[in-house]
Amino acid sequence: MEITQLSHYQQAILLLAALIALTSFLMLGQSRLLRLVFIFAVQGILLSITTALAADVLDSPHLYISALLTLSLKGIFIPIMLQRLVINMGLHRDMETLRNPARVMMAGTGLMVFSYYVCLPIVKLSPLITLNTIAISMAVVLLGMLLMITRRQAVAHVVGFMSIENGLFFAAVVSTYGMPMVVELGIAFDVLVAAVLFGVFFFHIRSSIDSLDVDQLNRLSEVEK
Amino acid sequence: MAWLLALLQTLLFIASAPILAGWLKKVKCRLQNRRAPSLFQPYRDLRKLWRKEPVVAHPASWIFKATPYIVLSTTVLTASIIPLIAVNLPTAKVADVVVLIGFFALGRFFLALAGMDIGTAFGGMGSSREMMVSSLAEPAMLMAVFTLAMSASTTNLSEAMKYVLDTGLVLRPSFVFAMLGLMLVAVAETGRIPVDNPTTHLELTMIHEAMILEYSGRHLGLIEWASQIKLMIYGVLIVNIFFPWGIAQDFSLRSLGVGALSLGLKLIGLTVLLGLSEVILAKMRVFRVQEYLSFAYLLTLLGMLSHIILEIQH
Repeated sequence: MEITQLSHYQQAILLLAALIALTSFLMLGQSRLLRLVFIFAVQGILLSITTALAADVLDSPHLYISALLTLSLKGIFIPIMLQRLVINMGLHRDMETLRNPARVMMAGTGLMVFSYYVCLPIVKLSPLITLNTIAISMAVVLLGMLLMITRRQAVAHVVGFMSIENGLFFAAVVSTYGMPMVVELGIAFDVLVAAVLFGVFFFHIRSSIDSLDVDQLNRLSEVEK
Repeated sequence: MAWLLALLQTLLFIASAPILAGWLKKVKCRLQNRRAPSLFQPYRDLRKLWRKEPVVAHPASWIFKATPYIVLSTTVLTASIIPLIAVNLPTAKVADVVVLIGFFALGRFFLALAGMDIGTAFGGMGSSREMMVSSLAEPAMLMAVFTLAMSASTTNLSEAMKYVLDTGLVLRPSFVFAMLGLMLVAVAETGRIPVDNPTTHLELTMIHEAMILEYSGRHLGLIEWASQIKLMIYGVLIVNIFFPWGIAQDFSLRSLGVGALSLGLKLIGLTVLLGLSEVILAKMRVFRVQEYLSFAYLLTLLGMLSHIILEIQH
């Protein structure tokens, strides 16, 4: 379907999908942790708006509940928690030097093209309008992985991990009318628990190597050199 | 008739460019709690400069003297191919956006040569910086143009605007990205904050001003006027491509009036946005300009990708 034949709600879903991809790119290029967390919150809010719109367009009201869950967990609760952690550990003034930001961005666009190429056969399977966005959700997953690879701060790793989860959730919403409610509640609970656990882990990592820079973990070894 | 109208439109374009600059100054002054000069101050400045005798340095070659005229004439030619208050004009049909970018490049080429012509350190520094900025901004601008062209299947501005008018309001992700990218490019190309500061002559930060430091009198007036027209060109491009509603599609007096009025309102809105961003943002270091422009390129590239992924039938 051409975009001109869709209703404005459907067009808005596509637009929001593109904006979600943009937030993933912004996360890749962001060197300050607080802003990274803020962009993650924006991504969560965009995701919840998309879910609410999809609930309307796809006519499946249970998606409203997941939209609400997404908003409260990924848009508000987890970002606030991460922000508190960053401030408590005094990391908010640190700037992580990005190695070759332009090259990472280009790698990101490459991943987006790749996910488009991979998803093309799936898109052709069904006439579902929102299915075009499945390539975007896959790109969000891959970009989250790229974020985890390119960073050394543990907090950035957690944000990348959560954004991978965002991508998976997005794929489920746009391609299969959302997951069953049980699964969705379970995942939401898992994410919540994971966020709390990561918070505990941060303190452990910091107390053992006195930093959250995971590159320093390489220096740990059993044998004296 | 149509040619006459095209001529009139071009004259209106270049005559109203200083007002836009004056309005921008007014917005900025108001936001900074200062008293603003009159809207017509740019005209007075231009008249003052025009009356003054140009002083040319000894080692200046013909390039230095010819450059103001070349810069102004390429800018006016560019202005003539942009639909301002009406589409379907014959001048808009003879050239497309790629020609427009080419005209800009020609003007900039001579300006950079003139900056180096005298042999002062500032001129050469300004030229090299200007070339760095433009070499990064041009791909982003071309990419935005291509995104537009892929939706409208034409690079002709008039046709593209008509396409946008015909399809009505469509929330295209690609247009949103292209617009944001084009705005960033426009800020860089017209030398506004945060890339360059047009009002300062601080030697370490200036880009555009460093190139034209040796100019005076009439020559300076021409270059200033050209840069005001350039600002207006970018403004008109942004509002007319992405929000063309109101532009005249026939040549009756009424629709032309509506076109002029709506364009004026849209430009006022856009300039307020530009003034706000200039007040909020601080000037960047020169070495951060490439990050800024690569972000603009990324936006436009995402625009094209989202057009391919989201907007067309597979």
